[in-house]
Amino acid sequence: MPAQQASRRAFLRASVAVGGGLLLDFSMPGVLGARANSSTAATLNAFVQISNGGIVTIMSKNPECGQGIKTMLPMLIAEELDVDWSDVRIEQALSDPAKYGQQFAGGSRATPLNYEALRRVGAAGRQMLIRAASRAWSVPPSECETASGKVIHVPTKRSLRYGQLASEAATHPAPDLAQVPLKDAKDFKIIGRSHGGIDSPLIVAGQPVFGIDVTVPGMQYAVFVKSPVFGGTALRANLDAVKSQPGVRDAFIVKGGAEFNGLASGVAIVGSNWWLVNKARDVLEVVWDERATAAQSSAGFAAQASALSGHSPALTVLSEGNVSGALKSASRTLEAAYSYPFLSHATLEPQNCTAHFSDGKVEIWAPTQNPDPGRKIVAKTLGLTDADITIHLIRCGGGFGRRLMNDYMVEAAWISKQAAAPVKLVWTRQDDMQHDFYRPAGFHFFKAGLDAGGKLTAFSDHFVTFGENGKAAPSADLSPNEFPAKFVGDLELGISFMPLGVPTGPLRAPRSNALAFAFQSFIDEIAHAAGQDPLQYRLDLLGERRQVDAFDTGRMIDVLNLVREKSGWGKRTPPKGSGMGVAFYYSHLGYFAEVVHATVREGTRISVDKVWVAGDVGSQIINPTGAENQVQGAALDGLGEALGQAITIENGRVVQSNFNDFPLLRMDQAPPVEVHFLRTQHPPTGLGEPALPPVVPALCNALFAATGNRIRSLPIDPKSWV
Amino acid sequence: MNYTIRVNGKPLAVEADPQMPLLWVLRDLLDLKGTKFGCGKSFCGACTVHIDGAPARSCTRPVSAVGSSSVTTIEAVGATPTGRAVQSAWLAVDVMQCGYCQAGQIMSATALLAKNPKPTDADIDKAMSGNICRCATYTRIRAAIKQAAGMPTADSRDALA
Repeated sequence: MPAQQASRRAFLRASVAVGGGLLLDFSMPGVLGARANSSTAATLNAFVQISNGGIVTIMSKNPECGQGIKTMLPMLIAEELDVDWSDVRIEQALSDPAKYGQQFAGGSRATPLNYEALRRVGAAGRQMLIRAASRAWSVPPSECETASGKVIHVPTKRSLRYGQLASEAATHPAPDLAQVPLKDAKDFKIIGRSHGGIDSPLIVAGQPVFGIDVTVPGMQYAVFVKSPVFGGTALRANLDAVKSQPGVRDAFIVKGGAEFNGLASGVAIVGSNWWLVNKARDVLEVVWDERATAAQSSAGFAAQASALSGHSPALTVLSEGNVSGALKSASRTLEAAYSYPFLSHATLEPQNCTAHFSDGKVEIWAPTQNPDPGRKIVAKTLGLTDADITIHLIRCGGGFGRRLMNDYMVEAAWISKQAAAPVKLVWTRQDDMQHDFYRPAGFHFFKAGLDAGGKLTAFSDHFVTFGENGKAAPSADLSPNEFPAKFVGDLELGISFMPLGVPTGPLRAPRSNALAFAFQSFIDEIAHAAGQDPLQYRLDLLGERRQVDAFDTGRMIDVLNLVREKSGWGKRTPPKGSGMGVAFYYSHLGYFAEVVHATVREGTRISVDKVWVAGDVGSQIINPTGAENQVQGAALDGLGEALGQAITIENGRVVQSNFNDFPLLRMDQAPPVEVHFLRTQHPPTGLGEPALPPVVPALCNALFAATGNRIRSLPIDPKSWV
Repeated sequence: MNYTIRVNGKPLAVEADPQMPLLWVLRDLLDLKGTKFGCGKSFCGACTVHIDGAPARSCTRPVSAVGSSSVTTIEAVGATPTGRAVQSAWLAVDVMQCGYCQAGQIMSATALLAKNPKPTDADIDKAMSGNICRCATYTRIRAAIKQAAGMPTADSRDALA
């Protein structure tokens, strides 16, 4: 693979020349090496190749899982390279952090990490082309400008197309990324304009672009049957009976290990036809060594949490002032217990992966959000080095955090090795729903004290969550910055832990998707107890415009005011049975305030009539069509979670198995979502997540306004009201 | 068993277990990967195809039950003017996020418009509620259906504008 070797050499040379880590929290060593790699197209850097004809090929480095990154990241490069979007072709990069820097889809991090860094990549390419033209004309580079893929010598109006310059440009070293000039935002031609998804034409035509569509020569299909109790080990199985089933070529026990994020124990069935190998499970009998987890249940956790709430928290997260004193001297006190369930990610494309182990190397085709940790797990489990593993990033049919884990990747690699064939592993929906890294359930025991004027003077939360030895399970922790922490004089946040044998992990807006519900609902209770307008009460609680650690109250005040205006808050009088609710939340660097209008008919039938979203993610919406889509989707996703979703554990097993008992939001439940962005003078930040958290409490608060029923437990169960 | 099924206008021979769902016949025996596996139980609609023009969930339709019916998949939906209009509207409205459900959505939408060229929002709800979009692009699916129908794309349910 000469192109790859060339880029490796370029990386080494660039590293010697300038070192890594030029940019704030990010380094892209590979971009600094230039090398032509063919006679018809010149490679300016790891991301940009320009053909003689002027077609610009841009590598998109991050995994695409529906957040629009494959379109958006190349827009940043193309803008500063100064080419027409119609001349841009986009290719998905392999997983190669040495060449591309970090490659993951999570935490709404792509925008803050890449907005400037990838613009610099494009700007560096533009500089190289300008220098090539200035050499050709023997004029100073300062007399040259660019436009639409051309360098123009301003005094003489001569021009050369990038395609004519690229080969020559590529033979010279790249400029210092930190020094290249960037465009002023007012001159943007690509950023800030809507560009449709780059793969969309393929998708509407049914072309095979997803992980599950991958086919490689000689490929076998596999299913992998794991213990219904998490961490259980396969002791023995009737493998001969399974092997005698039609279409089955092999069946074997995988010993696996105890780590949730490693290779699990189970039985692999491999054969020529996925439906047949999956059908062979009908005859499979496995004796499992179930662990102590088999005694765990959701009902048991709730009882345990309730018991723990009677004790002091095991750990103090934040203690300011004297809460117990302030509660005693308060004119009025409130107490409330809030809880929420485990949730599954339920990506519509079930987990799958294709792997080919051969001669001590593995080639992997993975719909993953986070390839590099997957490479490390595969290397460790199969006793390989990182360099033995090639990972193709294949479009994911949804991520939501599920594909930050790479369990399916190590399973496919292991099964391929043992089956001595390329293997496509596909999970069933039931496998997927019952072997997730769940949004952890949680239990909050709140107390609040108000003074005679209704002002919040004391606040405490005893959060009963999952963890052991003073350490929270993944995505089950609470930060000392959880609002209203630092906004109330006397405040205490404490945690108690329950041990958990169920894997947990990040679900879109991890922690925030649950904490927003509990905190912003309880604040609503406090506002109502104070007899004050819930939106104004929040503004009063935020107080002066100021910075409180990372949180800018002014930005939140502004989005609250914007959503007040756009939703007609305080001006609209909802009819009987309807109500409006508000909530705000700061997460993933984004400021969001949302209002929901909801109606309850016949006592229990909930319809969400409309959602208004006001958000501040900084100075620039990079791809407006994608941005609006993300926000609408996030708001509806949150409604779906609140209206019906729960993963229940019984006997250490997940009860739910498919979309009949884990309902996703459907068309007839999806209200209009009006999205408003406030443009501010702050660096642009990400949009995959921060619009989700506030919609859940905004809905619950709207239902309180509509019916007088306060929702303290999710999912919303209107039958519990009557 | 040997079957000859009519897919996208062509008779195609397959050898399959009689119970093998049409979905897997399409995907793994005929290499038509556009039709998607989501749930295997007709709950999500990702596997929607047309059987004699009507939307059907291919994940629960045994190949033996297809008989002489005519099957259309996403790969050939653009062969009719309605299907082509739906595909174009999907791109113009930029419906997609992850895109995994969209083949099924397009098949259901095309079947709706073929029968009901000017659907109301209630008609859209009824025809489309069997198709889950996990990314929840419902606002745009609704708008794209109306655009394909040559109707104004505003949501008539929105009384709070």
